[in-house]
Amino acid sequence: MELKLSFKDYNEALKQNKLLGLRCKQCNAITVPPKIACGGCASTDMDIVQLSGKGSIQTFTTVFVPPEGREPEAPYIIVLVELDEGPWLMGNLVGVDPNKVTMEIVGKRVMMGHAVFPGDKYSAGEEARPVFSLEA
Amino acid sequence: MRKVAVVGVGMTKFSGKQDKTAVELFAEAAVDAINESGLKPANIQALFLGNALGDFAEGQAQLQAFVADYIGAPFIPANRYENACASSSAAFRDAFMWVASGFYDIVLVGGAETAAKMGTPLATRTFAMASDSRYEYPCGITFPGVFALLAHLYARKYNVPLEKLKYQMALVSVNSHYYGARNPKAQFQKEITVDDVLSSFMVCQPLQLYDCCPFSDGGSAVVLACEEKARKLTDKPVYVAGVGQASAGNLMSQKDYLPRLRSRELSAEQAYRMAGLTPKDIDVIELHDCFSIATLIALECLGFFEYGKSGEAVEKGETKVGGKIAVNPSGGLKSKGHPIGATGTAQVYEIVRQLRGECGERQVDGAKIGMTDTLGGDGGTLCNIILKRGW
Ligand SMILES: [Zn+2]
Repeated sequence: MELKLSFKDYNEALKQNKLLGLRCKQCNAITVPPKIACGGCASTDMDIVQLSGKGSIQTFTTVFVPPEGREPEAPYIIVLVELDEGPWLMGNLVGVDPNKVTMEIVGKRVMMGHAVFPGDKYSAGEEARPVFSLEA
Repeated sequence: MRKVAVVGVGMTKFSGKQDKTAVELFAEAAVDAINESGLKPANIQALFLGNALGDFAEGQAQLQAFVADYIGAPFIPANRYENACASSSAAFRDAFMWVASGFYDIVLVGGAETAAKMGTPLATRTFAMASDSRYEYPCGITFPGVFALLAHLYARKYNVPLEKLKYQMALVSVNSHYYGARNPKAQFQKEITVDDVLSSFMVCQPLQLYDCCPFSDGGSAVVLACEEKARKLTDKPVYVAGVGQASAGNLMSQKDYLPRLRSRELSAEQAYRMAGLTPKDIDVIELHDCFSIATLIALECLGFFEYGKSGEAVEKGETKVGGKIAVNPSGGLKSKGHPIGATGTAQVYEIVRQLRGECGERQVDGAKIGMTDTLGGDGGTLCNIILKRGW
């Protein structure tokens, strides 16, 4: 069957700061990042919905030893955010000093923007990712 | 299903960057395992080989075919298993099932990796390929990054002050190095202190260098035989009592469980049920301590300690040889090394030798039942194997 929401379409929307997910017509669960089947009940009967991109930080790390090709970005913060709609989303956190971030950041409210990883020789082209900042 | 036994084991010394290829490293381990079993290469009916990153480390795909030919068992069916850091444990489980089913009587299983050869930037990049390339890697996630996220989550979920957790994590590494210093096959044969851990450089906050296993080169191999053949080959067959395997999607899709790894809970449950055993019956475990926090999470998911309590158990010495459960007497991934494709069957190597009573200074007295635990990626693959003395 045809994908309801492909990586390509999710990625294109993310580049417009729009976070797309899937709402299950059977169990109402939200699946993001997209899958062909609902993360809650495995139904494929889902509709595309736009999510708020807002939520709270659940955990974080600062990466000091980056992979090959990502050296200019380091050190950088990675967070797992619980979206207001329920799912967790991985992204970066900006506007906070990566050398000084502590457990105090956990629970803080954030909003989503994006940045684009241009890709490297191993990846299949450019890929956007969520970039969060603290809510004013 | 038939009973299946380990009748021979071999492993190379694990090390940093060295000159041999993955095929050569596996071959050294395989010849030792075959010789120990008293068999000849011509007796091997099939090869199950774990290797995760040969394509990137050496430009070598399909090395299982070259391995079979190189060790003098040309033309046998040979398969490669890529399950990230759990590759050779997944290979072991399948090898076990082919023999248990009656299809083969004698097979060779193992793994090899030359990850240290890649150097830190490329190794960090290729290890990150075991995370979700679409929805995680763009953020710059790394393998230590995954466990760093879990460490902060653990501190918060179980209300362990980060400083206390860091101390408990440091003790895990100190223990690993204590035993590694007593294992001639270990990459690091040197004891370290809590201060050494806490003063090492930061890799991914809160994980410092000595919270992390190294990149390693090495090979390991095991010969499996059906019970009938095993009884003729050895007085000390080590039987495969239980196996388990499970998978999981990216970290986001595991949100209902983290910092628990559900794939580990399910895999361990399968292995315990198949063996008819509980965590209390296990005398010694080789578990996947890729990072110090990973040990604490594993001990809880495997049922040895309550959730959030394994750090206190480590402080009380309950994970040492002679404690409640002897953990990683080989030195574990942290000190013995982690050539990822070889890690699972190297854990089997240690448990088999522990059950045979061959481990000298680091021997777990009277060990009768041992277990392995191997993790790939963000919990993407989890394998458990329970081994039992056959005498
Ligand atoms: Zn559903």
